[in-house]
Formats: sequence, structure tokens, C-alpha cells
Amino acid sequence: MAVTFALPRPTARNGVPPALRRPVTIVALCVLALLIIAAIAAPLLTPFNPISNELADAFQLPSVKHWLGTDEFGRDLLARIIYGGRVSLVGVAEAVAVYLALGLAAGIVAGYVGGVFESIVVWIADVAFALPQIIVILTILAIFANDSSAAMLALGLLGAPGLAVFVRGATKTVRAEPYISAARVSGLRTAQILIRHILPRIASPVIVQVALFAGTALLFQTGLDFLGLGTQPPAPSWGAMVSDGANYIGKDTWMVMPPGIVIVFAIVSFNLIGDALQDLRGDRISASALTVASADRVDGHLAEQHGAGATAPERAAVPVSPSAVLSVRDLCIGADGAPIVTNATFSLEPGECLGIVGESGCGKTMTALAIIGLLPEGVRTTSGSVLFRGTELQGAGERRYGSVRGSGIAMISQEPAASLDPAFTVGDQIVEVIRRHSRLSRRAAKAESLSLLAQVRLPDPAGVARRFPHQLSGGMAQRVLIAIALAGKPAVLIADEPTTALDVTVQAEILELLRLLRTEMGLAVVLVSHDWGVIADSCDSALVMYAGQVVEEAPIDAVFTRPRHPYSYALMESNPQRAAETRSILPSVPGAVPPVGQWPVGCHFAARCALATDACREAPIALDLVADEHWTRCIHPTAVPSPTTVSEG
Amino acid sequence: MLRALLRRLLLSIPLLFIVSILTFVLTGLTPGDPAHTILGTNATPAAIAAINKTLGLDKPIWVQYWHWLTGLVHGDLGRSIFSSEPVTTILANSLPITITLIVGAVIVSVLVGIPIGVASARRSKSSGQLIDAFSLVGYAIPPFFLGLLLTLLFADTLGWLPPSGWVDPGEDFGGWLLSIVLPVLTLAIPGAAIVARQTRQGMLDTLGRDFIRSLRARGLSSRSIIYKHALRNSLGNVVTLLGLYVVGMLLGTTLVETVFAMQGLGSVAVVATNQHDLPVLEGAALYFTIVVIVAFAIVDVTRAALNPKLRTR
Repeated sequence: MAVTFALPRPTARNGVPPALRRPVTIVALCVLALLIIAAIAAPLLTPFNPISNELADAFQLPSVKHWLGTDEFGRDLLARIIYGGRVSLVGVAEAVAVYLALGLAAGIVAGYVGGVFESIVVWIADVAFALPQIIVILTILAIFANDSSAAMLALGLLGAPGLAVFVRGATKTVRAEPYISAARVSGLRTAQILIRHILPRIASPVIVQVALFAGTALLFQTGLDFLGLGTQPPAPSWGAMVSDGANYIGKDTWMVMPPGIVIVFAIVSFNLIGDALQDLRGDRISASALTVASADRVDGHLAEQHGAGATAPERAAVPVSPSAVLSVRDLCIGADGAPIVTNATFSLEPGECLGIVGESGCGKTMTALAIIGLLPEGVRTTSGSVLFRGTELQGAGERRYGSVRGSGIAMISQEPAASLDPAFTVGDQIVEVIRRHSRLSRRAAKAESLSLLAQVRLPDPAGVARRFPHQLSGGMAQRVLIAIALAGKPAVLIADEPTTALDVTVQAEILELLRLLRTEMGLAVVLVSHDWGVIADSCDSALVMYAGQVVEEAPIDAVFTRPRHPYSYALMESNPQRAAETRSILPSVPGAVPPVGQWPVGCHFAARCALATDACREAPIALDLVADEHWTRCIHPTAVPSPTTVSEG
Repeated sequence: MLRALLRRLLLSIPLLFIVSILTFVLTGLTPGDPAHTILGTNATPAAIAAINKTLGLDKPIWVQYWHWLTGLVHGDLGRSIFSSEPVTTILANSLPITITLIVGAVIVSVLVGIPIGVASARRSKSSGQLIDAFSLVGYAIPPFFLGLLLTLLFADTLGWLPPSGWVDPGEDFGGWLLSIVLPVLTLAIPGAAIVARQTRQGMLDTLGRDFIRSLRARGLSSRSIIYKHALRNSLGNVVTLLGLYVVGMLLGTTLVETVFAMQGLGSVAVVATNQHDLPVLEGAALYFTIVVIVAFAIVDVTRAALNPKLRTR
């Protein structure tokens, strides 16, 4: 299940996106602007002639007269850099013009129209991609001797197919959006759609490509001048100036620096602008699963919206069962001060199966993850206790968790295929877990892995062990995951929506397998599901969660025959299986789960509840014992109707 | 894996044709040039015609191309117009130099870049920013300038390394090793930076994937999770990037060979360009293309080795 709260995004102020307001980006823009203006207004900026020799002034270091010193002919380096910018920047402009014009036009048509033209563009790009650009450009220069323009135009030509393929991809994405289809249906001409609707959408990623290409073009331009293949002496150019300096480097180490540094600055500026625009598109926060959750990374504004909720212990009267293998008490989970789960309390006897049920976004998965300390970054347990065989896990470091995960508590999750490392065979992955939790030799672990695969009723264990995850069906993958979960001989298995991604028939098989393993191995199971049918099939007792709270807890028969919370009732009534069996129209619970941070003060379910009264909305509702082992967080427990009777199954 | 390799090689054949035709057609546009190169600019038309006849340049361009192709099959790429040496001999001497620089730069980039990328993925954001800055500058320093700076520091100032020149490893292995340090470093500094950046990004992406949490839930050590599982799943894009880096590096090797006065493929091609020595240039184009094809083939095989989806059905 996805984390159901949104991370606040950096917002645009004054219409200027943050990525463009970064000081480095502004500096980069200024550097480029400065170089361009200097090149244009060169005669106004420097009194020196870039090509007239003043031999008396040769090899000077920077001085008041010559700010950047002079070269071997006494020419002013600053003047030569300013004038030299003309050649380099014009060269870049030529390459970029061809690159942009051809790449954009070909790409947008290929992406929008498709067909043969698209295939041709892609094929040309494949070839251009593998073409050694330098050799083509050298060939051009062999023909058009010292013609920098020809070389740069050719560079643009060689780069254009790459841009075309990029633009094609972007265009196809935009084209697939509904409003483009709407525009087509409404009879807008293709050209209009391309220019008015598609072009603005792909403009920013295209500019990124152009900025990065400009950097490459400058590298080529200065490189060719350095090789003496472009601008010829005495005309000034940045590349030629470095080459010039290199010839005298033994005598004057300074000369090479100013032009070299200018080139670096210019290329860095192009790339920085490209990077800034790229970040603008992404703005995504990369989640690093192995770094310690750091709440300070994200704005704390969620916390301001709502207090931390009721964190005072509830059900303090109920003693911890001494025989319980897992006991969770008053577990509170929060992200940046906003509560996600408050006061979850339950315990699990050996061999017991506890179902946690509720809609998406109610905190079921977070509760499950908190038990083994694997909450996503930014989410933390804020208080409460998790006892596994009497050992406190809450607040435990990676080391104590390391001794529990896999060997004490194991977990399987919703997406079996995504839970396996795609790069290793099934066998390798099981053997690794077995050897982690035992002292078996590689050979013994391998034998053990085959018997585990047999235990989860996979036919041909040896064949399955040799397969890679992408070669497994969803049901097989889940069986493999169960086998891996059993590899450490755990006492508790947390199964987070283990059947959601599977076909109905496979679902039943997996649930049957879990039931068998419970009786065979005395495994206790926490089964997280949104589906009452699954819970009813497998569990001894049920915990109903709604908007971060446990709203009802009871033995499975009690909750089914006589739910004491209107949410439990509503969930049962909206179960498709039940509706099918009673041949009625599938009712749905009106409204939606309130998002984290927007929970009401009173009963969280009140807004969607038919039984709600003013009393429900005024103050927090406590969890109350209404029958033997039957708890509910409702002040009208007796008013909850009994669900439509159906045959269990 | 074999299939991937075969597919790549099949795709390469049209590429070789395209490059050779392209260079041929382009150079064919200026038929007078070789004669001028040999005879000088004051040659009489009669003398030029005579030379063109000897070189076969009076024939239509496709006949010339066919002649070149049949020569190629027999391992004959013609002779340099300038020195009359067989093109194959010239290139056979320069290819090892270019290959050495490329392979050396890739090895150093990988050995330095991957550990830095992994380490920074595990640590704070600031180390990532450091890598970003490093790769930004590394990528922006033109190889010719970086080469000069390194020479200035390690050869001219400290005197630890020779400033330029290629030493034959068969004659003086130690000298050869010292002679390639600076050029390889010049190419590898930006290479290591971009490898580190890609590794870091790949690791962050992989560490955010579902199966990593599953691995942790199984109680595996973070060492195994990072170095065995996450790294293996992150390397595919690094390898692809290295392939592009090698292709992009052909400009770099050309510049570096010039800076360090080594007669590699690139500097041979540059000299040929200056001298309008078209047979040498055409041969160099062929060799460059083969280098690219081999690089991509290695990328394909490595990716297939890393990713079972690419090598199994």
C-alpha cells in the first residue's frame, strides 16, 4: 500500500519556480549573459585590438593595464577572450539552431503522426547514436578546411536525431492525454494542436536538452579550435588561445588559464541551467530506504493543522497476556507531527490469526510495518510498545531488529513480484535467508530451500528454485515469498494484503496455504486486508481500523454476527462477494476516509455514519468493552444493525 | 546473452556501411584535393589529371567505393597520400594507443566512481551535492585544458610523471605505465564523476524499491542489501552510461592524444584532416566505428549478465 499522505512540494513564489531561483542558476544565467553581451559589444568594452602585436608587452601577468595579462605577441588576453567569444558562441548558436529546428520538427511530427515517418526517425537516431561524431566532423573539416561553421552545423545535424527521439517520446505522452483527444474531436487542425497544445507542454524538457547540447557544442567548438582545425591565427578564439598557451606553458604558465577557465565557466553555466530545468520537472524527493527517517527534511506544516491527537493510553485495564507472542500496546505512528495511527493495541497468541481490516489509508499497513521497524522515511512510531516474546522492539536499534526480522517476525506483502530481487534466482534468495538465520552449509541450505518450496506446495521445487522472479506467476511468486518468510523459522508472519494482487482462485489457494502453515507450524499470523471475505475465511479475531484508529476489535464470529461499530457494518455490506450472494446491488460507503491531518475531533467516522449524533462529533470517542472481548469505539453500539445473513464461504 | 550479442553485431553492419559511405561521399565532393596535396597548389591541370588517374579518382564515386570495399575485404585500406605508407600500418600503430587510453579511463572511472557513488547514496544529501558539483565541473573541463593543468602540476612542477609521449610497453613497461597515467587521468576524472553520480542515483532509486524493504524484513544485513542486492540492480544504467561515455570520449581521446603527443587514432585523424589525406581519414573512420561497435557490444553483454530479464525468456 502506498504511503497515503502527500509530501508537501516546494511551491512557486511570484511565478518563478524554486529551481530557477537558486543562486547558482542565477549566476549561471548571468555568466552566459555577460559572455554574450561582451562578445557583441566587444569594441566598447576593451581599448585593445585582439590581433595587433605589441611585442614589448609579451608574456605579462595581470596588471592594471592588461587585466588578464598578455600573450606571446603582447596581445591583451581579456580583449582576445572578449572577441574570441564571438567565434565560440556563434559556433554554439549554429549547432543549436540546426539541432533544435530539425530535432523538434522531426520529433513532434514523429510523435504525433507516427507511422513510417516515426520508424524512420527512430532508425536514423539509432544510427546517429552509434556514429562517432568526431570522425564525421573531421571529415567535414577535411573538405571545408578550417570552416568552423560547417563543422558546427554538422554537429547540430548529428545531434538532431537524438533530440527528435526525445521530443517524440514527450509528444506521445502529451498526445495520450484526454484534452488532446478532446481538441482533436472538436476539429482543431493538427498544426494548431501541435503549436498551441503540445509545444508548450514539451517546451521545458526540450530546453533542458538544448542547454546540455549547447555545453557539448561548446566543448566541440573549443576542441576543434584547440586542434587548429577551426579558427586560424591570428584571429582570437578560446580554444586556439589555450593551444597557444600550451605551446608556451614551460615559459609562462599563466597564459593558458584565462581562456581555459572561461570555457569551463561557460560549459558549467549551460549544464547548470539544464540541471535547474530538469529539477523543475522532477521536483521529486528520492526516498532512501536505508537512511534513518529524518522528519526535518519535510516541512512540518501538517503538524500545525492538527494536534498529535489522543495519545493517552487506552485500555490500560487489560493486562498483557503472558502467553502472547506479539503484543502491541498504544502504538502511535506519526509523520512530521501529524498522527497516522493512534493507540493501536492488540496481541497475538501462538498459532492465532488476527485480521486487520479497513479501507486504504486507515493505517493498517503502517501498523504492520511499525511492528518490524520498517516504516517509510519520514514516518515514525511516536509512542507505545511492541513486545515480541517479551522483548521491547519499539525504539530498538537495527541490531535488535536484525535478530527479530526474518527469524522472529517475517513479512509478506501485497505485490509478490515486486518483493523479490529481480537479479537473483528464487533459490539464491531463499538460501541467503536460510544461511542468515542458521549455520547451515551452502549445500544443506540448498536442500532446506527445496523442502521449503515443497512445503508451500509448489510443484517442481528444483525447477522453481532455478527461476528468476520475472519467470514466476503472481501466485507462484507469493508462494515463493511465503517460503522465504518461513526460511528463518519465524513465530509471527505479517501478511500485508497477501492476496490483493492475485486472481480469485489463486487467492483462495494462498489463504488455504496460510491456514495449513498455521496448523502445521503453530505460526501466528497478522493478516492485513481490506476484504472482509478474506478476514472471515482465515482469522480468529478481527481488528477494524478507520482513519488511524482501532474502531472495533472482537472474535471473528462476534464481529460477523453482531458488529458493534457502524464502520464494520458498512464495510461488510459493501463486500462484493456478499452482494453477489444476496443478489443485491452493491452498496458503497458514502464519502471517503479523511486524509491524515484532517481528522475530526470527535468520531472519525461521523461524517459518513448514518447513526451519527451531535455527541459523536463533540469529543474523542474512547474504545469501550461492550461484550466479552468485544471492543468498539462507538457510543451507539447497540444501534448498529446486523449484516445481511449469507452463507459463510 | 549470445542472442543480444548477435543482434548488436547484425545492427552494426549497416552502421559500418553508413559511416564508410558517408565519409566516402563527403570526401568525393572534392576530387581535386589529393592531387593538390601531392603536387602543390601550382600544379598544371594535366598533372592533376594524371595523378587522379593513378589514384583512381577520375572514376565515378561508387566505383571508387567498390574498389575501397574490395580492398577492405583483403585487408587493404589504400595508402596514405602524404607518406605513401599503407593505411593499415599507420592505424595498426595508433589503435593500441587509443584503446589503452579508453580502457584505462573506463577502469579508473569504475574503480573510483562506483565506490564513491555507493558511499554517498548511504550518506547525507550533502555528499550527493558534492558529487553533483564534482561531476558538473568534471564534465565541463575540456580534456585539453584538464590535460594541461595535470601536466603543469604532475610533470612540470612536481616532476613525478613524463609530460608527454607514448612508450612502447614491450620495450619499457614501467615507462609505459608512467606515460599513460596523465592522459588516462585526464579522461577518467570526468568519467569517475559521472559514474559516481549515476551510481548514486541508481542506488537511491533501487533502495526505494519494494524488494529492498522485503530484504530488510527478512533480516538480511545491510551490507548484503547494499553491496549484493542494491548495487547489482543499480549497475545496469551505469554500464549504459559508460558506453555513451566511451563514444563521447572519442573527442576526448583525440584531444588528449594531441595534448600528450601520442600518435593515437584521433591524432592521426586530425593530422590526416589537416593534410587532406583522405585514405587515412576513411580508414580512421572505419576504426573509430569499430571501437564504438565493440563498446556497445560489451555494454550489451554486461547488461545481460547483470539483468536476467535480458538473457532469459
